[in-house]
Amino acid sequence: MTNTDSRNFWLLAACAGLVTLVGLGAAHYMELHGHVVTGMDNQVVWGLPHVFAIFLIVAASGVLNVASVGSVFGQPVYKVRAPLSGLLSVAMLAGGLMVLMLDLGRPERVIVAATHYNFTSVFAWNVFLYSGMVAIVAIYLWTMFERRMNAWSKPAGVAALVWRFLLTTGTGSIFGFLVARQAYQSALLAPLFIVLSFGWGLAVFLWVQAAMMAWNKMTLDADVQRRLNRLLGIFVAASLYLVAVYHMTNLYFARQDAFAAFILRDGGVFPLLFWGGYVLLGSVLPMLLLFNPKFAAPRTTLAAGALVILGAFAFLFVFIIGGQAYPLEIFPGWEAASAFADGAVNAYVPRLPEWLLGIGGLGAALLLTTIGVRVLDVLPRDGKLK
Amino acid sequence: MSDRRGFLGVAAVALGGVMLAPGIRLIEVAQAATPAGATTGANPAVRWGMLIDTTKCEAGCTDCVTACNTENGLDPRPTPTSSQWIRKIEIKEVKTGRQASVPVMCQHCAEPPCVDVCPTGASFKRADGIVLVDRHSCIGCRYCMMACPYKARSFVHEPLTDQKPDVPRGKGCVESCTLCVHRIDKGDKTTACAEACAKAGHNAILFGDLNDPASEISRRVREIGSTQLRADLRLDPGVRYQGL
Repeated sequence: MTNTDSRNFWLLAACAGLVTLVGLGAAHYMELHGHVVTGMDNQVVWGLPHVFAIFLIVAASGVLNVASVGSVFGQPVYKVRAPLSGLLSVAMLAGGLMVLMLDLGRPERVIVAATHYNFTSVFAWNVFLYSGMVAIVAIYLWTMFERRMNAWSKPAGVAALVWRFLLTTGTGSIFGFLVARQAYQSALLAPLFIVLSFGWGLAVFLWVQAAMMAWNKMTLDADVQRRLNRLLGIFVAASLYLVAVYHMTNLYFARQDAFAAFILRDGGVFPLLFWGGYVLLGSVLPMLLLFNPKFAAPRTTLAAGALVILGAFAFLFVFIIGGQAYPLEIFPGWEAASAFADGAVNAYVPRLPEWLLGIGGLGAALLLTTIGVRVLDVLPRDGKLK
Repeated sequence: MSDRRGFLGVAAVALGGVMLAPGIRLIEVAQAATPAGATTGANPAVRWGMLIDTTKCEAGCTDCVTACNTENGLDPRPTPTSSQWIRKIEIKEVKTGRQASVPVMCQHCAEPPCVDVCPTGASFKRADGIVLVDRHSCIGCRYCMMACPYKARSFVHEPLTDQKPDVPRGKGCVESCTLCVHRIDKGDKTTACAEACAKAGHNAILFGDLNDPASEISRRVREIGSTQLRADLRLDPGVRYQGL
């Protein structure tokens, strides 16, 4: 390890640490003054922090896909990437959970959530799914690093694969099991989130891998690059298909007409973010970049990855905020008006503390990744293949 | 290599200790704080409920809202971030143009989605059908607000001052109509909103025990047509509406 390496490590760790600290500061400010300092109110109760947290948690599950393809399906190209994939999974899960917990009204009561369980609650299931995920991935990493445990790497990988499906089913079901709101209440949300996780996780993976390789003055094998590109393209296409099916069901059911019109056409920022952000920039454009051999270059892969991540945020903003902005239909067939915004589309503009908390979660994930990369041997070396 | 392994081992043990120790300590504290004797619970033979006659409810009258705010120490001039336990909704049927004015509050469902989704069990239903939030175990996740089809719940967005001793509330927790549980438990037979409505001469809100065949509310729901809001969800709300 050279001096420059060491200096760069501390610089990156300090930057990520600073971003995390600012996020923690924002959370402290929110706790001190209450959620009145955010853009949330009694209509839009889950705001921007949930967008960041759910992105991180879903991507944390998806990024482990790389390891699964390696350990479970025995693909050597992916096997050398499994340690990095596991590390990223734990780091992003931790970052997402940090945001989720600090956005609670009473974050200091998180111990209550860890000691009192209501087993009909999808959130309570998720408490086990998240902590179980960290434990299983930690064991999985251990079986990969500890030579004596290598034989157990495959069973651990299978366990992680199964657990990851359960975890993202749990995340999708947070919304899927909500009977009240037009935007949710669909069993499709669990598989949809699983497929979304594949693309988001791989996009994050490709960026981290590129940064590490550039740092170590390595270049990615062209064949490996092509395979990863194609895989990301397939994941993006599959996500788009499931999102289309979700909206098709809404368009077909008469009782969902008004909601479908709102989210896809009339809802202002939401249709704009959906079509422009998720569909065009976040799905169609990356697919063009990834599938067209003319654009095959490391830089295009990164551009596609960045667009997929951008699209993920657009999708989640529309899904989470748009779903709450649309008024509850308490009196179907009637127009409603009240001093409590009944019958009205709810305006929500995220405020600075929410942005800082969300970005703080990304910072925490980056900090953990940076430290992990330093202390563990996770650099993918394709030379090992031959 | 062995240095790194040693470091990781020590770090893992230290991290585990740091994460576990406060939890174990807090579990001890929590167990020590649990009262030994159980208090008398709510009466399971009773189902408290309301019948709201929309034909008597006057458009523009907000006496029930004001009474609720005063009774429970809520913000007299509600904003989108302050709590509203009851609100008046002016509705108009799209096809016919028929209008009505409807007070809406927590519907005290027999199958409450807010209770199902609450991760800690803070959201709960009493034996007598009243749906409440335990302010000691609510972590403020707001999942119940996402789950309620009636938008009946509010989140306390700001620090509170001058609270009513009978109605404990707190920043960062979720709350909603308690069906004036502090009155009921003292033996009162009506809620602040129903009382105010009667005082204004409208008598649109009737409170009572839906399980007692001899009660006024039971007689009325037996004799006249009444509906439950979002009856399609089969949540069996304890609040019924007449004239919709």
